[in-house]
Amino acid sequence: MEDSIPQPRPDIVRLDGVTKHFIVRKDNSLKDRIVHLGQLGRAHRADFVAVDDVTLTIEAGTTVGLLGANGSGKSTLLKLIGGIVSPTSGTVHTRGRMAALLELGAGFHPDLSGRENVYLNASILGLTRSQIDTQFDAIVAFSGIGDFIDTAVKFYSSGMYVRLAFAVAVHTDPDILLVDEVLAVGDEAFQRKCMERITQFREEGRTIILVSHSAQQVAELCDRGIVLSDGRVVYDGDTNEAIGALRDVLDGRRVGEAAPTDTMHPIQVKRIEILDGDGEATRAIDEGDPVVIRVHVDSLRRIERWEVGFSVDTPLGHMVLASNTEALNVRLAPIAGPTHVDLRIDEVHFGSGQYYINANAAGVSESSSHGLMQGAMLTVRTDNTTFGTVAASVSVTEAVDG
Amino acid sequence: MRTNGRGGKIREILTRRELLNLLVRRDLQARYRDSFLGFLWTVIRPIIQFLMYFIVLGQFLRAAEGIDQFAIYLFSGLTLFTFFSDMVFGSTGSIIGNAGLVKKIYLPREIFPLASIGAAGFMFTVQLVVLLVAAVIFQALPEPVMMLWFFPSMFLVLVYGIGIGLLLAALNVYLRDIQYLTEVVMMLAMWASPIVYSWQMVVDAVARLSLPSWVLEIYAANPLTLAVLGFHKAFWGAGTPADYPPELGLRMLIAGVVGVVLLVIAQKVFTRLQGNFAQEL
Repeated sequence: MEDSIPQPRPDIVRLDGVTKHFIVRKDNSLKDRIVHLGQLGRAHRADFVAVDDVTLTIEAGTTVGLLGANGSGKSTLLKLIGGIVSPTSGTVHTRGRMAALLELGAGFHPDLSGRENVYLNASILGLTRSQIDTQFDAIVAFSGIGDFIDTAVKFYSSGMYVRLAFAVAVHTDPDILLVDEVLAVGDEAFQRKCMERITQFREEGRTIILVSHSAQQVAELCDRGIVLSDGRVVYDGDTNEAIGALRDVLDGRRVGEAAPTDTMHPIQVKRIEILDGDGEATRAIDEGDPVVIRVHVDSLRRIERWEVGFSVDTPLGHMVLASNTEALNVRLAPIAGPTHVDLRIDEVHFGSGQYYINANAAGVSESSSHGLMQGAMLTVRTDNTTFGTVAASVSVTEAVDG
Repeated sequence: MRTNGRGGKIREILTRRELLNLLVRRDLQARYRDSFLGFLWTVIRPIIQFLMYFIVLGQFLRAAEGIDQFAIYLFSGLTLFTFFSDMVFGSTGSIIGNAGLVKKIYLPREIFPLASIGAAGFMFTVQLVVLLVAAVIFQALPEPVMMLWFFPSMFLVLVYGIGIGLLLAALNVYLRDIQYLTEVVMMLAMWASPIVYSWQMVVDAVARLSLPSWVLEIYAANPLTLAVLGFHKAFWGAGTPADYPPELGLRMLIAGVVGVVLLVIAQKVFTRLQGNFAQEL
């Protein structure tokens, strides 16, 4: 995204002050409408704003993730871009051929054969007959349907149905690909195939707009994240930061600022703070910088011997790093009330991305323990071009034989 | 750059005519798939309907006595009316029938009513062939130049069929009553046109009941009536000037102009309403 392409890329999607209202009616027959005409009708209508004054442009060749809680307007925004619904006010401009993977196999007719449906579906997605003729074998090969291609699709298993539909969709050669959580269906092998294909689309410089609930998926695929909340864009920019912003929206609070609760356990982790090398509270650091995890602990009564531990997880829950005072051979002073323990990581060599910090405290002299899961989130930025949770610089040396 | 939902519709539909073609074929293929007689049904149904009217109305109720070549008279009117009613019924249900596509993929939505009209057109063509063959066998055809009346009749039926079809397709999404209402209105429309009786009978009835002459004018203003009369002129050679209202050509011209205006309005209404199709379905 940075400076790989020098000249500015053309805008392929431009939304200008786009607002979408839905009017939900509770009556749907002529009789009800007439009975509830006029003033009375107001009570039978509920107006709600699905997308509220969204202005954004998407450059050609970017992969954009739309994030947000359920009902935040992601899918509606995608449908607005796709022209499936038209905005109440504002304008939507798009350029190029668009393929919407909003639902696989939309337009398949159960009584027609696979072959007929491929032609129909590809034509719906905008291919001409001669284009379909040339792509047909590739579509069948990709789907793995084989001889069943001439069987009516109503006899297909659901897996075959989805495979054929996906095969058609990815062979339509779109300039803009709209993907709405279709990747959540199908078995694991199929999902992997979908992902590979989308990655390939991305490498070919096509524009992809993706709606997903999976932060991991967005982090892997997207250059840019847009977070929606109640129809408004609350964050637009770097993917990793967007995932952070999404977390805030989902929690309805800022990470690490949980409302203080009363101490219930004999020993309890109250909250977790992240400090940078200068002792300032932070949420994001650069790879290689120090970080201090400050664990606030409280106890109901004096406990002579106790331990504190922490762990760092990926959003998928894989442990990246963990330790505790016992393993570090540190003996903490007896606890009798609110206190905090700082655990310092001198150099953070994590890969770029989001990490959750968990902490727990346990009494040794008095058997009691309490943990706080995902008490804080840390974003790590890095210039490394490697993948995975560990940051390292990798170089290549080619053998110069002969 | 494309602005969604604005202008250039006709060109957009023209660029998607291959799809239109496929959708028409899907409609037809799916309709008779797995049926033993298949496409024969496109002919069987109208012929049974024809026989029913021919025997009950023509022979029992003696409508045939006042009309020479009653079989051709009846079948030509019936063929045209069936085309009109197939167009209107097909397009009224077309958006709801394709809900899966409308909700998920951007297409010019006019394509769905037009595909239904295309399917209706195919069945009409088959029946037209039957009509022509029958007319030739019964030697009922008028002189060839009279057969040019076919074209203004077709124009009227198409303009009104597409206009009303588009309008009802869009309205039916919001109010499902439309499809039931359409059934009632189409039944009335069938009896309001000189299909199973003649124009002469209407004139006689108006005179006998000493109704004012504007009643006849209103009856003759019905575009479907005009189209059916034009069709009679084209395929039913036994007609005399008394079987048609005066100035049939002028009446058809006026109805045609009104029809084009209606079509433009219908298209505008459709464009306006289609923005909310996806969430209304």
